[in-house]
Amino acid sequence: MIENIIKIWNQYYFVFLSGLWGTIWLAFITVFFGTILGTVVALMRLSKSKVVGAITTAYVEVLRGTPILLQLYFFWLLLPKALPFDVSDTACIIMALIINSSSYVAEVIRAGIQAVDRGQTEAAKSLGMSDAHMMRHIILPQAVKNILPALGNEFVVMVKETSLASVFFVGELMTAYKTVQSTTFLAIPSLTIVGVIYFIVTFILSKGIKLMERRMKASD
Amino acid sequence: MTKQISDKALIRVEGLCKNFGELNVLKNINQQIRLGEVVSIIGPSGSGKSTFLRCLNLLEKPDAGRIFFDNVEITDKKINIDQHRQKMGMVFQHFNVFPNLTVMQNITITPILERKTLKAEAEQKASELLERVGLLDKRDEYPRKLSGGQKQRLAIVRALAMDPEVILFDEPTSALDPEMVKDVLDVIKGLAESGMTIVIVTHEMGFAREVSDRVLFMDDGDIQEEGTPDQIFGNPQNPRTKEFLSKVL
Repeated sequence: MIENIIKIWNQYYFVFLSGLWGTIWLAFITVFFGTILGTVVALMRLSKSKVVGAITTAYVEVLRGTPILLQLYFFWLLLPKALPFDVSDTACIIMALIINSSSYVAEVIRAGIQAVDRGQTEAAKSLGMSDAHMMRHIILPQAVKNILPALGNEFVVMVKETSLASVFFVGELMTAYKTVQSTTFLAIPSLTIVGVIYFIVTFILSKGIKLMERRMKASD
Repeated sequence: MTKQISDKALIRVEGLCKNFGELNVLKNINQQIRLGEVVSIIGPSGSGKSTFLRCLNLLEKPDAGRIFFDNVEITDKKINIDQHRQKMGMVFQHFNVFPNLTVMQNITITPILERKTLKAEAEQKASELLERVGLLDKRDEYPRKLSGGQKQRLAIVRALAMDPEVILFDEPTSALDPEMVKDVLDVIKGLAESGMTIVIVTHEMGFAREVSDRVLFMDDGDIQEEGTPDQIFGNPQNPRTKEFLSKVL
């Protein structure tokens, strides 16, 4: 067993490493654009308009209330038909991941904004600050402290969730496992290698986030 | 002390009602604040004092009644309330200074953003105001380095930087350590003497008696008695006023 793992690693490590690169890249793109979209959704959800609030609440609830694998299939099938130009499988999957992530990020950001002391809003309003200026200069800078650690966790979650992209053979770590497994027929050793890599990455990331959290608390 | 109080009503309140759920916090209040007047609002907790004050700049939305500021009805839904709030400063019990901004930025951010004041000009003015309250050496600090009394003086300066026509004080010394109360009261007193229109909710009876032109005693969501400080503190007529004062004086 150990022999097989070493053998496979020595022979196919570049496949695993390029898979790891694919995973990190996918997770990063997803969380980056998911954050931008999620911020918009969160602000809409906090808006005074009941209609806008209801639409965004539905958006968040549906995306959080259905399996991510289902969403990947849905966008993978829908987007090529709905869009007038050609979209690759990878593009469909990335879009689906971004939209899924945006719903979780939106909740993180909404909670972060609402955790800012109400007195801050009252002070800004009493000075006659516009809503947009207040959000941008007073509330969001303070909310970031609440939001950043949670966004880091979302990144860790995404590192794992992107493994679902292997169903559609989008290049990432789990797809690397499939590639190696299908040429060597040694499933358990290659799966073990992939598992170890996932664990090392998420473990390092989680520790990094804890450290960041402690630093931010210290600066309060 | 010779002070000019104009006949002009700066704030006029007509039939103001406010409910929190089933609770009638304000029951049909009619009142006016004249230009240059210093008005103290006293009364037991839960009497609606703070709610009344917070209705004046619509931080609380009245359920009924109208409020006029400078003869403009600010309870009218069509007006841009932000513009009117710029002329009504407010100072809070818990300071509510902006922790993500330096002392200087706390003061200059609103004039720069909302009045398009030039940065240099806003900072010049902020420096003068900071000097007046003895905080000039803190201009580049963040609020977490300030004591409660210093934070409250910063909050006052922040309100003053917008050149307000009135400042509303909501229990400005209630959250302060005793030794800091005087610094803050001195600043407010200075403002009162300079002719600023002030409405202040306070538990500092000595202060209210000393600086006010008029004292309102609130209880049970209504103004039960009003008069000069000498009338209210020296010779109260309403039994509730008498009872309240006997407990706090």
